[in-house]
Amino acid sequence: MNWDFILKYLPLYETAALLTVKIGLIGIALSIAVGFLCAAVLYFKVPVLRQIVIVYIEVSRNTPLLIQLFFIYYALPKVGIGMSAQLCGIIGLAFLGGSYMAEAFRSGLEAVEPIQAESALSLGMQRSQALRYVVLPQAVSISVPAFVANIIFLLKETSVFSAISLMDLMFTAKDLIGQYYKTTESLFLLVVFYLIILLPVSILGSYVERRLRYAGFGS
Amino acid sequence: MAEVLLKVKDLVKQFDGSTVLDGISFDVRRGEVIVVVGSSGCGKSTLLRCINALEPIQGGSVELGGEPVVHGSKNLAKMRQQIGMVFQSYDLFPHMNVIDNILLAPLKVQKRNKSEVRAEAMELLKRVGLEDRAESYPRQLSGGQKQRVAIVRALCMHPVLLLFDEVTAALDPEMVREVLDVMLDLAGQGRTMIIVTHEMQFARAIADRVLFIDNGKIVEDTDPDTFFENPKSDRAKQFLNIFNFERSK
Repeated sequence: MNWDFILKYLPLYETAALLTVKIGLIGIALSIAVGFLCAAVLYFKVPVLRQIVIVYIEVSRNTPLLIQLFFIYYALPKVGIGMSAQLCGIIGLAFLGGSYMAEAFRSGLEAVEPIQAESALSLGMQRSQALRYVVLPQAVSISVPAFVANIIFLLKETSVFSAISLMDLMFTAKDLIGQYYKTTESLFLLVVFYLIILLPVSILGSYVERRLRYAGFGS
Repeated sequence: MAEVLLKVKDLVKQFDGSTVLDGISFDVRRGEVIVVVGSSGCGKSTLLRCINALEPIQGGSVELGGEPVVHGSKNLAKMRQQIGMVFQSYDLFPHMNVIDNILLAPLKVQKRNKSEVRAEAMELLKRVGLEDRAESYPRQLSGGQKQRVAIVRALCMHPVLLLFDEVTAALDPEMVREVLDVMLDLAGQGRTMIIVTHEMQFARAIADRVLFIDNGKIVEDTDPDTFFENPKSDRAKQFLNIFNFERSK
């Protein structure tokens, strides 16, 4: 292992990691928003929109992110929709993540017993109040494990961004290998940087899960 | 006689084409305790759910204090505030402790003063012997304790009518008693209640009137002594026989 090489190119990885985190965070934030909307549409069985959401979820979950990115980056400009590579990355991640988040939220909502909403209604609450004070808090906490798993999954998926020439971590590693043949060092740095990004997310996620379990669930 | 509080008229409830309640009519006067009995699946629980419009109905009407209770109507939430309901399964909110379970609706729905409702809730918890469990979460309580909290939660909304849907059916025998005692206490205070139960001795002790439902119809509507001693219909006789045992040796 050539430590001088590693020290020399550390800054390159830092820049790339920031890009990965930036696109990852924006993409995940959008995924959460999309997922929330889709889950609401499914939960309330909104006509027409419901069918659209179902088609979206199936398309999104059953095609690889790489293909989705290619489509956005190479195919859409042909019909006049051109975007920067970064924007493509963000939209691609949101397109993929939205469906995973939707499924996580939907299963959380469906796992709350109907009697919970009924008790709230029979206490004189409006439907919106029952949802806000009784159903949602329980649904969210049930969704947390799937939610955390999705965030980690989506952050890892960012590694395919190099395919649309975004200078993320994977791109940097491939670039250095191509230029200097320092395969071991380049990949070592790659692994370390992904761990630096993902381990805190993972640890925080387990902590939140434990806290929510402690807060009185599983009656 | 006290005035009529609840008026159920020609109520029809169908699920996917099959008729569960087939023209139910009865009045409940203020202060009356009505016990509804009948075999499983006869529509007793559905009747309670229709009274506070948790279920849409296909015919007839429900009126509380002269005002209609209609599924999906604008003032339904307002009407439901006057109807307290306790369910068979534990319907406490698991993410809130006992006191927050009780305070949620009075604070968010009725916008009442917190310290005042809290004082009332503690008073009621004391009355059902649970004043030391105010900070406990539902999962830390026994089934009987949960049901007593559910009753207090309903009472804190100051309902004019209380509905009990087989509230002891999921409890161990020792816990049944503690919940029934709370209900007897409520009856003693002159509260208006409709109780669905399989506890026949309790039914006889608490009821002013017994409704016997069979096949979606009210077959008997009478005082408890007449019902348990001299039921008119064969169906009620058969039903009551289920609770009698002959010596086997």
